[in-house]
Amino acid sequence: MKSLKAQHHSLADAHAQLAILAYGQDGTAIPISFRDKLAQSQSYPFKARQIDTLQVNIGKMCNQTCKHCHVDAGPDRKEIMTAETMQLCLDVLRQHEQLTVVDLTGGAPEMNPNFRWFVEQLTRLGKHVIVRCNLTIILANKKYADLPDFYRKHRVEVVSSLPFYAQDRTDRQRGNGVFDASIHALQLLNRAGYGKEGSGMKLNLVYNPSGAFLPSGQIALETTYREVLRQRFSIEFNELFVITNMPISRFLDYLLMSGNYESYMEKLIHAYNPAAAANVMCRNTLSVGWDGYLYDCDFNQMLELKVNCESQHIREFNHQTLKEREIVVGNHCYGCTAGSGSSCGGTIA
Amino acid sequence: MSEHYYDEKDLAKFGNIGEFQKELGDRFFAYYGEVFKDSELSAREKSLIALAVAHAVQCPYCIDAYSTDAYEKGWSEAQLMEAVHVAAAIRGGASLVHGVQMMNKVKKIAM
Repeated sequence: MKSLKAQHHSLADAHAQLAILAYGQDGTAIPISFRDKLAQSQSYPFKARQIDTLQVNIGKMCNQTCKHCHVDAGPDRKEIMTAETMQLCLDVLRQHEQLTVVDLTGGAPEMNPNFRWFVEQLTRLGKHVIVRCNLTIILANKKYADLPDFYRKHRVEVVSSLPFYAQDRTDRQRGNGVFDASIHALQLLNRAGYGKEGSGMKLNLVYNPSGAFLPSGQIALETTYREVLRQRFSIEFNELFVITNMPISRFLDYLLMSGNYESYMEKLIHAYNPAAAANVMCRNTLSVGWDGYLYDCDFNQMLELKVNCESQHIREFNHQTLKEREIVVGNHCYGCTAGSGSSCGGTIA
Repeated sequence: MSEHYYDEKDLAKFGNIGEFQKELGDRFFAYYGEVFKDSELSAREKSLIALAVAHAVQCPYCIDAYSTDAYEKGWSEAQLMEAVHVAAAIRGGASLVHGVQMMNKVKKIAM
């Protein structure tokens, strides 16, 4: 499967996505905009509170082409963060002790040729490093086979997508063979000590719905995941993060093609939870794009909605300005505020 | 008036059922909410039971609602279908077990 960009698909254009999110497919405006919904719950204007996490997207290249991917990542994407831009991130992180967490994402972040150097420098600065590892990369090529040991050496927290504990739903979303490869990779991570009680090496899994429905309760799903993965595959993990699919990019394409777009948006709007809105991750996280531009979150990054302040690039980083910024919101934000809410760390309300 | 006896959009209006009789409607929804909470059975298990019952009573609204709910709660396609087979088996069995009554009657009147 090719990325939307490689297909020259209309939804590869962020403006086309934003137009659909505002006016639907047939020009009918959404019943209530996210901004108005925030205002109704006395949450507008929507401002950042602090910045303790830098989420850095170090490239859109990936060994997988998942059907729901909000990045439109894949083997045909060549956008990769350079060592120079990484150095700019390191300079900012060195100067700001309050930025304690660095969350590396992609694509498959490991495919960036400077990935290991970047992780080494980050841990040298004493930052807590999270890597969003798609699991299959560990088995994709011999040069990645030692990743579990590399992660262990640098005390990296590994967060990995496993959309379901069974093959069918996982492979339908992430590609044929992904479930088996993911199980094998999880066993390798366990063998390196990840996910084992008392090891201090965190292995967290991510569930996201494989279709046009909302995620269920995180605790109940985590219990089921733990039982099934332990019984069938002897796999241990720390936590399960339940994440809602954002109606953008490839998942938006799926919603439109399957005729589920309107009902999905209705569900998100109906499930709006002001308590979740209060805790969304953009209030304490800043997202850095592969080219160094700054965004409120990885989703805004893919929609090309830069931060609403003067510090628009990592080289212009001004902590005070950024932590007081008003967050750029759009109707896709309903994805983070539905039900128990959604963030890269799971539910939030 | 709707042109159909069943309209999927009516499911979202279920909450308005108290419009004509508020007190009973409120009591029903309070009871309904309590029933589906995690308790001796988990909400996840109850969702699968609800799906089977929905098929037994052949309620299209309930089938819509609990197909989604049970799938969201992590039951697989095969598990959902097995629940429907339980409903079908009980319904089928309910007919067939009356065959005993038929046999009793026939044996009584036959030479």
